[in-house]
Amino acid sequence: MSAISELSSISRRKGPATPEEKRANRRDNKAAYIFLLPWLIGLVAITVGPMIMSLYLSFTDYNLLQPPEWVGLDNFTRMLGDARLHNSLRVTFTYVLVGVPLQLAVALLIALVLDKGLRGLPFYRSIFYLPSLLGGSVAVAILWKQIFGTSGLVNQVLAMFGITGPGWISDPSTSLGSIILLHVWTFGSPMIIFLAGLRQIPNMYYEAAEVDGATTLQKFWRITLPMLSPIIFFNLVLQIIGSFQSFTQAFIVSGGNGGPSDSTMFFTLYLYQKGFGQFDMGYASAMAWFLLVIIGAFTAINFIASKYWVFYDD
Amino acid sequence: MTELQTKPAPEKVPSAGGKTKGASFKSGGRKRESRGSLAFSRSARIKALAKHAVLILTGGIMIYPLLWMVVSSLRPNDLIFREPGLWLNSLEMGNYVDGWSALTHPFGHYMLNSAVVVIGSILGNLISCSMAAYAFARLQFSGKKLFFGVMLLTIMLPFHVIIVPQYILFSQIGWVNTFWPLIVPKLLATDAFFVFLMVQFIRGIPKELDEAARIDGAGHPRIFLRVILPLMVPALATTTIFTFIWTWNDFFGALIYLTDPEMFTVPVALRAFVDSQSATSWGSLFAMSIVSLLPVFLVFLFGQRFLIKGIATTGIK
Repeated sequence: MSAISELSSISRRKGPATPEEKRANRRDNKAAYIFLLPWLIGLVAITVGPMIMSLYLSFTDYNLLQPPEWVGLDNFTRMLGDARLHNSLRVTFTYVLVGVPLQLAVALLIALVLDKGLRGLPFYRSIFYLPSLLGGSVAVAILWKQIFGTSGLVNQVLAMFGITGPGWISDPSTSLGSIILLHVWTFGSPMIIFLAGLRQIPNMYYEAAEVDGATTLQKFWRITLPMLSPIIFFNLVLQIIGSFQSFTQAFIVSGGNGGPSDSTMFFTLYLYQKGFGQFDMGYASAMAWFLLVIIGAFTAINFIASKYWVFYDD
Repeated sequence: MTELQTKPAPEKVPSAGGKTKGASFKSGGRKRESRGSLAFSRSARIKALAKHAVLILTGGIMIYPLLWMVVSSLRPNDLIFREPGLWLNSLEMGNYVDGWSALTHPFGHYMLNSAVVVIGSILGNLISCSMAAYAFARLQFSGKKLFFGVMLLTIMLPFHVIIVPQYILFSQIGWVNTFWPLIVPKLLATDAFFVFLMVQFIRGIPKELDEAARIDGAGHPRIFLRVILPLMVPALATTTIFTFIWTWNDFFGALIYLTDPEMFTVPVALRAFVDSQSATSWGSLFAMSIVSLLPVFLVFLFGQRFLIKGIATTGIK
């Protein structure tokens, strides 16, 4: 079903090639590489090449004007002492560790309510899905900036109940929360994946449970959740990888500076400032590799932990 | 019957195989219901009603900000910070007129720039990804497993790891402030996600069709163009729609490569608008935001089926 399950199954699929397969191999090699040519060029020139290059640059001091100068581990030791970077990590971790579970919980909840052949399902599904298409745009970030502003929509509504709300975005204690809320708002796409997953659960399990007199809650804990766990896992991995790279919303809402007082300074925002604001390309490359390691570590932890909670039916 | 009609598109997904299960599930539920007592059906009705209430409430809250933005863009400026309702007393088009010409170029200029990038990206993705997908799905070649694994890994690769050297590369060949850095990577199938989507789709096409063509003497280019490509139109449509939306919304790439206002795409133009405006022109800012969302909304309206199918099969953002 997914890129992830595909990836883990590659290592499992083994066996010696039959003579026929070998003959087929010879026949297709030329054609295959011709078909793959654009992708291969892209892989070398746009992906792997730049990756190696940025690994090299992370050990240099480079400002685009003078040639890169080898500085060894300097950039990494600088990162150890960079308080703004540490803060940006804290902000990003908070965003990922709060935003992703919250978004997935809402997605699952709505998917469960939507599931059982409810009248008007396509309509509801469209309504819930629309924000996740628009959520990444600058326009919606602008809207968010207004809504959570000092005299924005939220505070206008609160004022109707006699409450004076804070300036959500201008207050460092709530600004990150507003951006997390924007992430939760885009729960539509994981919801659709959940909906597709819910339909895969054979109904006989529920029927059997009903015969045994199981309650709705028991059915959810003992059937729905275990059966859905591969999908939850898949959503979790994807959303974590994506959220670590989140950039546009924080950039627009904070006016590009990660403010107020660095409370929305995402790691990617700081990376952008270092690389493309101050043209400290060596440091930015070191940060980029650090981000790759973090994302890789989170994904690995996810995969290891999945052995204990993800249930495969086969 | 109504319950069956409300079943959504994901069940048409070729790999899902959920159609029969879903159908039997629904009919099973109905049978139980019709046999059940009056009390049962009443409690079921109350349950459905409660569900609708929950959905309407959450859906309403979610969509409200968007509706309010549309309404606010049609109001006099000062009302935006005073009027949380959706009531429109008069239709004010001034915000749109002002916003359209608030930047160095009319807003249509930026939309045109975006359209060029979008069309280039779509063509690039369609051609390069379908070619790679054909090789991965249908051809046997040495290194296939390795390449396929690498391709799947690149789907998850964070963009930031390559952006610095990529920027250096493109700036050295003088491509900063051109659309090439945004289009050329697509011509080289770097949106590996779509390669994967198409591989999945081609695997669902019966191999007998290829073999029949091969017996008729067709080579791979011919089989690809005449047999596979016409049959994978749904996958191509999904690719087109996602590429459209993602490219239209793409901010980071445009922010880095397009610094000349002449070349701005819509997202960077909007950003310039936010930065330049004082608190007085929120109305026109809203108006142009709506204009910028309109194409995405239209694509959503007409291409929803493909979007939902694409997400359900491959699970992307």
